[in-house]
Amino acid sequence: MTALVFLVPIALFLGLLGLGAFFWALKSGQYEDVDGAAWRALQDEEGARIKEAKD
Amino acid sequence: MTCCSPVLELAQNEERVKAVDLRGEELKHAGRLGVDGTVTYVFSVPAIHCGACIAAIEDALRPLPGVVSARVNLTLRRLTVILAPENAPSGTTPLRLVETLERLGYPATPVDLGDLDQLARERESGKLLLALGIAGFAAANVMLLSVSVWSGADEATRDLFHLISALIAVPAVAFSGQVFFRSAFVALRAGRLNMDVPISLALLLSLGLSLYESLSGGAEAYFDAAVTLTFFLLVGRYLDQLMRERARSAVLGIARLAAKGATRIVAGEMVLVPIDEVRPGMLLRVPAGERMPVDARVLSGASDLDRSLVTGESEPVPAGPGLRVEAGVLNLTGPLDVEALSGAKDSFLAEMTAMMEAAEQGRGAYVRIADRMARLYAPAVHLLAAAAFLGWLVATDGDWYQAVTVAIAVLIVTCPCALGLAVPVVHVVGASRLFQAGILMKDGSALERLAEIDTVLFDKTGTLTTGTPRLARTDILSIEESAAARALAARSHHPASRAIRAGLEAVAEPDLEAVREVAGSGVEAMIAGRRARLGRPGWVAEIAAPDRLGHDGGGGNGIEEERAGGEKGSVAFAFEGAPITTFSLDEVVRQGAAPALAALRPAGLSVELLSGDGEAPVRRLAGMLGIEDAAFRQSPADKIARIRTLQAEGHVVLMVGDGLNDAPSLAAGNVSMAPASACDAGRLAADFVFTRESLEAVPFAFDIARRAKSLVRSNFALAILYNAIAVPLAMAGLVTPLVAAIAMSASSIVVVANSLRLTQRGRATKAKARDFRRRETVPASGAEPARRAERLEIPA
Repeated sequence: MTALVFLVPIALFLGLLGLGAFFWALKSGQYEDVDGAAWRALQDEEGARIKEAKD
Repeated sequence: MTCCSPVLELAQNEERVKAVDLRGEELKHAGRLGVDGTVTYVFSVPAIHCGACIAAIEDALRPLPGVVSARVNLTLRRLTVILAPENAPSGTTPLRLVETLERLGYPATPVDLGDLDQLARERESGKLLLALGIAGFAAANVMLLSVSVWSGADEATRDLFHLISALIAVPAVAFSGQVFFRSAFVALRAGRLNMDVPISLALLLSLGLSLYESLSGGAEAYFDAAVTLTFFLLVGRYLDQLMRERARSAVLGIARLAAKGATRIVAGEMVLVPIDEVRPGMLLRVPAGERMPVDARVLSGASDLDRSLVTGESEPVPAGPGLRVEAGVLNLTGPLDVEALSGAKDSFLAEMTAMMEAAEQGRGAYVRIADRMARLYAPAVHLLAAAAFLGWLVATDGDWYQAVTVAIAVLIVTCPCALGLAVPVVHVVGASRLFQAGILMKDGSALERLAEIDTVLFDKTGTLTTGTPRLARTDILSIEESAAARALAARSHHPASRAIRAGLEAVAEPDLEAVREVAGSGVEAMIAGRRARLGRPGWVAEIAAPDRLGHDGGGGNGIEEERAGGEKGSVAFAFEGAPITTFSLDEVVRQGAAPALAALRPAGLSVELLSGDGEAPVRRLAGMLGIEDAAFRQSPADKIARIRTLQAEGHVVLMVGDGLNDAPSLAAGNVSMAPASACDAGRLAADFVFTRESLEAVPFAFDIARRAKSLVRSNFALAILYNAIAVPLAMAGLVTPLVAAIAMSASSIVVVANSLRLTQRGRATKAKARDFRRRETVPASGAEPARRAERLEIPA
């Protein structure tokens, strides 16, 4: 049962880590444009697009 | 700049140049100065709809000099542009941004940043998401500990786990559960019961009991039930809130198309003043293409006025000195100097707003399905818990502890987890289906009300028709005449000229000299030494060859006949001394109007037409679309009276309209829809706003509403079925924390899964939806050449 002494804190720490990651995502505006983000993932890099347009 | 005003092309005459300058000024005020001198603009761009739009817009704007960043938000259909400090060399003006966007095919309007801030301040979804995150964290960790207890941890280990659970659960519920506690408190203080009362009671009692259990070394703690309950219920709340905010911010975006300023003449100088500062007696200049900012009397100038938004009449009326004009009337052909008769607060617009508010009060009686359920449900739950408590107290000869445990178990298992999710999940799924089809919904209750309708009332101008005329027929002519007429038409922004220009084949145009626009009459110019006129038949006939008049159907008499037949009007063209030729114009029936009506009738809905326009055009359109009940010359008060009569007869009315004169009836109808081209008041009053051209949005939304209603019903049935099984078990004292946890989660998952069926469509509906989407891509019919328009015409 001594294993609990570190297992429970580890479990809680991992949970907090997840919560922290969620808060970070929330704060940095990752939920502002969910639809747009889905499309942007499919697009070429901006530089490449502009170059292509010039060619 | 003003809603529904024709999109201004690049400046073609002096007046327009001035208007554009003022527009640029107005746009500049929409920006916000940052600390580093950069200016941020937020534009509402309703035409953005996919990833390609993001790339097209951002790639076009970023290379412009002075643009620091341009970023599209696809979810909100918005564009945020940061411009370098204004004094920087070769900077881009906001006007240039708007023009660039217009050229790309994305009309944009600036969003008032003050309103945006207010919206952000009032934003609840961020707080709910935070609460949801904390509840989720707590639920996962407490569940982890609870599973260990259920799988055999005992003695000291169990007590330790219970205590750790308490440490996590109590603060989590205290923070995340506030939404429910607050709402329950408000309801109780008002002497009512709502869904949040049993929720709060269950949360608090189960936490209290579990604390007592853990501190006294007992075996059963409901911490996991309390936090998972909070989590699931918050999911429902969050989705509900998110949908409302999304719709509100989208509506806000387009609601800002209205003119916020007026052009004041002070000592011969033109100054742009905010609309709130206009006082009676001020001298104002209203350029062609702009709307009257306030009620006013014309002092000088001559022009044509489009009053369709105000009265519903589609025919432009001539304006001259002395005429009294209502706020919102569109000035078409010439600049007018007017004297303000009212401030913005007491103009015709404000009168309409007051009427709207009065009409809206009648609608307040609607009670949402979830609240109706809560009225039955909350007392039932409390009675059951009380009965269980008393029953066990008697049966066990006063064992308080046992009786309380059972009563709490009853509260927890009956807790409306499934009921709390039953409605919002369906509405959110429905709203996103509508959003994909370009329909914005204000809130979930609109979907409920839409499912109940049995009568649809349509406005004519701007709703069943697009409000802009189209070239129906012409007896023209040689290519030379056609080219000359087209060139002349380009010089005026009277809707008739636009229709002629759009309706004639594009050919090489001759050079015009001495162009003169005679307001109320037409355009005149010299073409290769010959005088040519395009305009009112009588005025054109002054220079045309007289012998042709009256000889055949194309002459003056024919015009009168056609007008009596309900044509929207006719325009003539002639070279000096040459025979006269005429163009007959016709209103364009909104895309999808006929199929939309055809789809509504089999659904058991009766359709009526209420229009402020005259008898002939109304009858003609009603005949074309096969509408039997058509009323004409309806004032806003008449329209409300008709709605009230129908409602008194027990009908549930959907009002579809766009004009200022429709706004009060939009508010009076049980539910209402408006096209995005509607005036501000109309859009704000409507429950649904459809941003695409086609009227098929109406049956589409109705279909979604009906299916949403049946899904909400089946969700309630599932929740009741679950309770019918779980409650007797709980009252018998058989529900342990483990059983409660499983039962609750299972019922929630079943309800959510059932709701998601709204995204799946039957084969028939699927084909219809695809069809609907495909038709959306067809370009607006206004741009079609006349020959094709003729073929589409249905005889009256």
